[in-house]
Amino acid sequence: MRLISSIGEWLDERLQLASSIRETAEHAVPRKSASWFYVFGSAAFAVFMLQIVTGILLALIYVPSAGQAWSSLQTLNHNVALGWYIRALHGWGSDFMVAIVLIHMVQVFLFGAYKYPRELTWVMGVFLLLVTLGMAFSGQVLRFDQDAYWGLGIGASIASRVPLVGPLMVNLLLGGPIIAGATLSRFFALHVFVIPGLLIAFVSVHLLLVLKLGINEWPMPGRLVRKATYMKEYHELTSKDGEPFVPGAIWKDLFFSALILFSLALCAYHFGPFGPSGPPDPTIIQTAPRPDFFFLWLYAVLSYLPASMETPALLIGPVVGVLALLLLPFLSGEGEKSWRRRPLAVLTVLLAAVALGTFTHLAQHTPWSPVMDAWSGIPIPDQFLQNRTALERQGALVFQVKQCHNCHSLANEGGKRGPALDSVAVRLTQDQLIRQVIQGGGNMPAYGKNLTPAETTALVAFLGSLHPAGQAPARDASRTIALGAATGAATSSSP
Amino acid sequence: MTLPTGLSRRALLMNLGIFFNSLVAVILAVPVVRYLLSPVARGRRDGYDSWVTLGALDQFPSGETRLATYRNPVVNSWDGDTADIACWVRNVDGKSFQVFAINCAHLGCPVRWFPQSSLFMCPCHGGAYYQDGSRASGPPERGLFEYHYKIDGGKLFIRAGEMPTPGQASNIVRGIQPCA
Repeated sequence: MRLISSIGEWLDERLQLASSIRETAEHAVPRKSASWFYVFGSAAFAVFMLQIVTGILLALIYVPSAGQAWSSLQTLNHNVALGWYIRALHGWGSDFMVAIVLIHMVQVFLFGAYKYPRELTWVMGVFLLLVTLGMAFSGQVLRFDQDAYWGLGIGASIASRVPLVGPLMVNLLLGGPIIAGATLSRFFALHVFVIPGLLIAFVSVHLLLVLKLGINEWPMPGRLVRKATYMKEYHELTSKDGEPFVPGAIWKDLFFSALILFSLALCAYHFGPFGPSGPPDPTIIQTAPRPDFFFLWLYAVLSYLPASMETPALLIGPVVGVLALLLLPFLSGEGEKSWRRRPLAVLTVLLAAVALGTFTHLAQHTPWSPVMDAWSGIPIPDQFLQNRTALERQGALVFQVKQCHNCHSLANEGGKRGPALDSVAVRLTQDQLIRQVIQGGGNMPAYGKNLTPAETTALVAFLGSLHPAGQAPARDASRTIALGAATGAATSSSP
Repeated sequence: MTLPTGLSRRALLMNLGIFFNSLVAVILAVPVVRYLLSPVARGRRDGYDSWVTLGALDQFPSGETRLATYRNPVVNSWDGDTADIACWVRNVDGKSFQVFAINCAHLGCPVRWFPQSSLFMCPCHGGAYYQDGSRASGPPERGLFEYHYKIDGGKLFIRAGEMPTPGQASNIVRGIQPCA
């Protein structure tokens, strides 16, 4: 012990850091802020530390070359002792970090911590969110598999929509004309040098500001922030009802960080590493690329936006969103901090959470993409084939062979891109069915050129038989009159 | 010594020092920026596209649409499989062809051809195209990207080299008479 303390004294005589470290550690924080709500920032920092360590460990094996990255990941997964676990830790660490940063942001927003004098702390936090997402996306690219390859294609398609300079931006993003070796190399440089450098810089300023300005006090309804008096009030609070950060508050940070790191280690152990999925060979087209969890919502939004809205939404949406976040502390830098008196703030958070959650859920369940093998892999359920005429059964065959099942479900089986057809005959008359099949419309391709008249007749006969037992199919009343009684009787039996 | 302007000799020297460093920074920035912009430098960009062969014509039976692959003309030795690009070749009537990019015009996912329903379908967001490449349904704003083609010595050639994306005017070649 004596040796350690004498080494310590020797070092401090030269470094002269002990007093400022002690001062930092013992600075007073408001007693109520030493709360379980104030542990997310430090947890995000702990996960970031783990990401640095696991990232360096992965870099010992990983080869940032388009031709070899994928096989070096296979080596990591299968041939290096616990290589799979380091990959799992890094992958799950990424998801944990994005999640904790988002939770931290929500807490800071709801507790009004972005208000005077902590505007710059918030701005740094917004930058940190952006670079964290940048790390998540570039990391997904380094897992150079099919998803990464086509994900880059999506990124390039979005970049190309920028007016005038779009195609140039694509070449700069990809490092050349196609997704290839140069693309991976530049994403490696971004993920390993550029973005982590920014992250460390932003974290440093963020932490420095927290120390200089003090942690946000517990918001009390009715205690308003005024620029003229805030600093004085805050110092009164910390001197009257404060306690030293170490150990008064830090034990909760330590407990929570340990819990988070332990959960991360468990998730990594239980669920294992992410991919890699198939090799990044663009000639293998039997693939359905999916982005990583935190980009799924965007993937869903891209499916639902009408074509005319897409480019403006893609290019203007993110700019407006980031600007709104950056301007927030300047537009509402004073006043009420407590979420109990800020219903709009609570509503905003709820709306964002519900929207992101819904889009993520939709993206995971892909209702808009055709089920590519439904026509050959999912038979029509028996109840739609029993007691049918020969023509209607012939139509059922057309339904399968022409791949209607890829987009339309029967008894909840098959594609869900188009409406379910279990009771389509109740909704559409025979004429409407014919028109819809031949001309398409409402997001359905026209099949006029692809169906013979006999096939159309059979298909429409089958569709006309799709109605619940007790419910009559839709009929055009004028048709009987217009075509005369004889023809009317003949047609009304088939739909 | 203080000059009549109030600027001390040392402050003047410091300012001169800052000036020299700024000058060097600008001089060094020129090659750095030029290096970073090399993928879009004029000489490079014009050279991206060139004629590549998809193989003998008899691989593409009349009236059918087949998958073809080619090695990208701009390639590095470490590109691996990523420089192998796929495309769809439609032999319209034995004489004229259409060669479509594999990339969906929406966000670039690989479209698949379904001869049974004569549709190209995209696995990402459900974009669909007719056999002639025109848009059928889904989120794409336009039809499939089409390559220029020519037939030379019994082989099919296409002008390729750059990944087609919606923003590129050069890829909107529909309606232009193909060469040869």
